[in-house]
Amino acid sequence: MAENNRAVVKLKERFANALLDCKEYRGEVTVTVKKENILEVLKCLRDDLRYNFLTDVTAVDYLGQDPRFMVVYHLMSIPNKDRIRVKAPVTEADCSIDSATSLWNSANWLEREAYDLFGIDFKNHPNLVRILMTDDWVGHPLRKDYPLQGPDREPYKGRLS
Amino acid sequence: MASEIMTLNMGPQHPSTHGVLRLVVELDGEVIQKITPHIGYLHRGIEKLSEHRTYHQALPLTDRMDYLAPMHNNLGYVLAVEKLLGIEVPERAETIRVIMAELTRLKSHLVWIACHALDIGAMTVFIYAFREREKIMELYEMVSGARMTSNYFRVGGLSRDLPAGFEAAVQEILDTFPGHFDTYEGLLTKNTIWLQRTIGNGVISADDAIDFGISGPALRGSGVDFDLRRDLPYSGYEKYDFKVPVGENCDTFDRYKVRLVEMRESVKIIDQAMKRLKPGPILADAPQVCYPPKESVYNSIEGLIHHFKIASEGFPVPEGEVYQGVENPKGELGYYMVSDGSSKPYRMRVRPPSFVNLGAIEKMAKGSMIADLVAVIGTLDIVLGEIDR
Repeated sequence: MAENNRAVVKLKERFANALLDCKEYRGEVTVTVKKENILEVLKCLRDDLRYNFLTDVTAVDYLGQDPRFMVVYHLMSIPNKDRIRVKAPVTEADCSIDSATSLWNSANWLEREAYDLFGIDFKNHPNLVRILMTDDWVGHPLRKDYPLQGPDREPYKGRLS
Repeated sequence: MASEIMTLNMGPQHPSTHGVLRLVVELDGEVIQKITPHIGYLHRGIEKLSEHRTYHQALPLTDRMDYLAPMHNNLGYVLAVEKLLGIEVPERAETIRVIMAELTRLKSHLVWIACHALDIGAMTVFIYAFREREKIMELYEMVSGARMTSNYFRVGGLSRDLPAGFEAAVQEILDTFPGHFDTYEGLLTKNTIWLQRTIGNGVISADDAIDFGISGPALRGSGVDFDLRRDLPYSGYEKYDFKVPVGENCDTFDRYKVRLVEMRESVKIIDQAMKRLKPGPILADAPQVCYPPKESVYNSIEGLIHHFKIASEGFPVPEGEVYQGVENPKGELGYYMVSDGSSKPYRMRVRPPSFVNLGAIEKMAKGSMIADLVAVIGTLDIVLGEIDR
């Protein structure tokens, strides 16, 4: 169970107020934290619990729910051969979160991609510009309200079959 | 003498930049001061498209990402969906997956060694390595019907069993390939030009490599002893005996050595897997998910309805989220899947190794000569199709 996980126990001690949820599903531990505390939690995981490898930063758009976005960090521990997932909810009104580039350089491009495709503003990012789309592109393609076939086109109505 | 910084556009037409990568290089004489990569606009939109497809329909999109290692992309995807569903794959299917995945690693590394050598100026290796790769392409065609976009793995197993004559063809590869690797090493490892272009070039320390999220042979070349196949095993890799090569000097030459040893180890894994191969089913016992056997589709109305239902509606997947990483030839390829309980992925995120590895290019090439940049791009073994999904 997630409660017995070493990292979760430690995080509960240190960040009792910041932790929103801990879950285990199919053997994977997910910790949801308040976005104000994301850097502290990531730093604690990196320095004290040896999750030294930031595998991925991405986001999920839960359109119609509040908070709308979930920023997802996948961490891996090379010495302990273990993974953990950290999530932080981000609202549509204040669509920003602190950048993890001060902790890992790998966050640089991954956050640029999340910014490009979801429009999430990573505060204190050294170079937050689009990476996959052109500089003058309007809109964020991976948002759920962005049409599949692109802007100015008939909305996709599903396959005919 | 007053010096001036010159800005040079390298690529997208430069042969070493793989078609769409453009590097804006700022040079002081021949020395690189700054690199701004523009990774191009291929835009197949695989992540967005999968949100509008069923799980079976999204599978063919995945093998188009890294077109040098299609079966590895399939493998990560089907493992992630199987994890979401909580189903087990029969042993025969698992073993065949390992065989195909390792053949794919050979195939991908052969293209890497060919292009890397060509980038640096060695033409013979290019021709030899493509000749050997052709053998694996023939196997691909034999097994899946396609040379590149294989689409061979299925959620729950495989699309079909191995054809007759497969074992003999693999045996031929196992017998001849180690000799071919010796040839490449003979051509390169003691070649003065090769050594001078690769040793001490593109150095990235172990700490920096971890900091930049570099994975795969590039990470091991920097001396980090980590391989997902051994350390976070999937598809039964824990049952195989193989060595994980590690470099010491963190340079282009070490990454070259690591990949060469990896190819030799892949041959050993295939050999072990071929010996493990026993007759048995190739699809999991999960009628909700797996297509029925073709005989029952053609000969019975129940089978036809069953097939039609899965093909048209897909299958519901329990609500939840999983992440599955596999050791792609380029590094860690990860699939992060979020299911909302419907028959389509709510979100499918691909963690592409090439994209993250390329992020370190400035760190690796800064301060070296412009000619060495070609070697650094080659040693990262990037595939732009994967960078810009």
